[in-house]
Amino acid sequence: MRQRTIKTVVTFSTNSDALAMEAVAREYAVPGRIIPVPSDIDAGCGLAWCVSADDRATLMQALAHHALAYEGVFETMLY
Amino acid sequence: MIYFDNAATTMMKPPEVAEAVARAIGTFGGAGRGAHAASLDAGVTVLAARRCLSELLGGPGPEQVAFTGNATESLNGAICGLLQRGDHAVTTAASHNSVLRPLFRLQDAGAIDVAVVPVDAKGALDYEAFDAAFRADTRVAVVTHASNLTGDVYDIARMAEIAHSHDALIVVDAAQTVGLVPIDVASQRLDVVCFTGHKSLFGPQGTGGLCVAKGVEVAPFTVGGSGTHSFDRVHPRSMPERLEAGTLNAHGIAGLLVGADYVLSRGVREILLETQALARRFREGVRAVPGVTVYGGGEKGPHASERVRWPGGGASDGGPNAGEAERGIAIVALNVGEVDSSIVADMLGADYGICVRAGAHCAPLMHRALGTDRQGAVRFSFSHFNTPDQVDAGIAAIAEIAGRVL
Repeated sequence: MRQRTIKTVVTFSTNSDALAMEAVAREYAVPGRIIPVPSDIDAGCGLAWCVSADDRATLMQALAHHALAYEGVFETMLY
Repeated sequence: MIYFDNAATTMMKPPEVAEAVARAIGTFGGAGRGAHAASLDAGVTVLAARRCLSELLGGPGPEQVAFTGNATESLNGAICGLLQRGDHAVTTAASHNSVLRPLFRLQDAGAIDVAVVPVDAKGALDYEAFDAAFRADTRVAVVTHASNLTGDVYDIARMAEIAHSHDALIVVDAAQTVGLVPIDVASQRLDVVCFTGHKSLFGPQGTGGLCVAKGVEVAPFTVGGSGTHSFDRVHPRSMPERLEAGTLNAHGIAGLLVGADYVLSRGVREILLETQALARRFREGVRAVPGVTVYGGGEKGPHASERVRWPGGGASDGGPNAGEAERGIAIVALNVGEVDSSIVADMLGADYGICVRAGAHCAPLMHRALGTDRQGAVRFSFSHFNTPDQVDAGIAAIAEIAGRVL
């Protein structure tokens, strides 16, 4: 059973950007997964990328390496 | 995987749908674009789909059914094609953004004025307030048949009666109801019904359309290739070409035809009753879970929106189909305590393999009315292809999640 821990959440301006992230992650085994955007970040729906806070640096490197567009990076408590 | 996101799109479809699409891709030319066999095969299939949709909707005939890419495109076409500068339009807070945003865009451009009739905290509509929203310059009322958030069904025949009493037209967003709730353009006196193909008609995504009553002239949103009258400066005025500029998605429409045929052969009312039974089972199950709130008022309480009249006789308040109408369609929106709906949806997906939709569902005014604009809601929407065992798994998952987070 998952515990509530600090997660790094990356948001995107468009669903296309989020899906570009998903496509890269599938190919290159980037840590994390797609989640619905938590409403304390944005109540307007959409997709976000969520990783354990421990993997933040790896994720940021992957975003830069693959030139993936994103909107914001947040730390929040999630299951 | 258990798929309970059928209000977004149905994933489980009759297998013949995919077979029809595959066959069409390998054999179709452009519908209405030639006299050769490949074009004619496509054209005949599209015509059969128009006939099927007209039958399903009680429409005035196949020529009054125009195909689009989805219900949003249909609604944009109807709204922009009926409203003129200086007009007034009426809608309700139950509307999806596919209605609200086209209206608000015209309003923000200074072209039209818009009245939004509120719904109460259970999503019920006050029909007297709806009546009072009309003005002398109201040209169109654009209304949802069923809320995509609560599943509550609204009385479109009554709203049509009200609109016509003010010399206004009625446009119905039937995205959630076509194939699931009986609709009859003729007897309910509907002017335009906008539908999607990929939900309860089990067609492919990228299919939709609108059924237009005879005498109602929707100006085309797009003009261009029509396959006829190519030397005319203007697009043909005749239906359905009037609303179908460019090559149709005949491959998708071939699948839509098979899906809609399936619905007709099973029976709309039968599918409605089956899916309502699943939703009732789920609603009763999750209501017993401490801390769970279920939204909408479609099945109980003295709400005007429950007294829905069905085409062909019968009413929830005494007709032969009494009770049937009171339950709405098979959507159950809920929350677990104060927990963010996206967290609950993510747990359902990641830990239980249950697919639902969280968040705002493109229904901002309904969420505000329900008081869920921050938390969102977790929407379960059931289809003909779901089973009671799957419903029970959904109930058990919500009970477990509530136990973990509350």
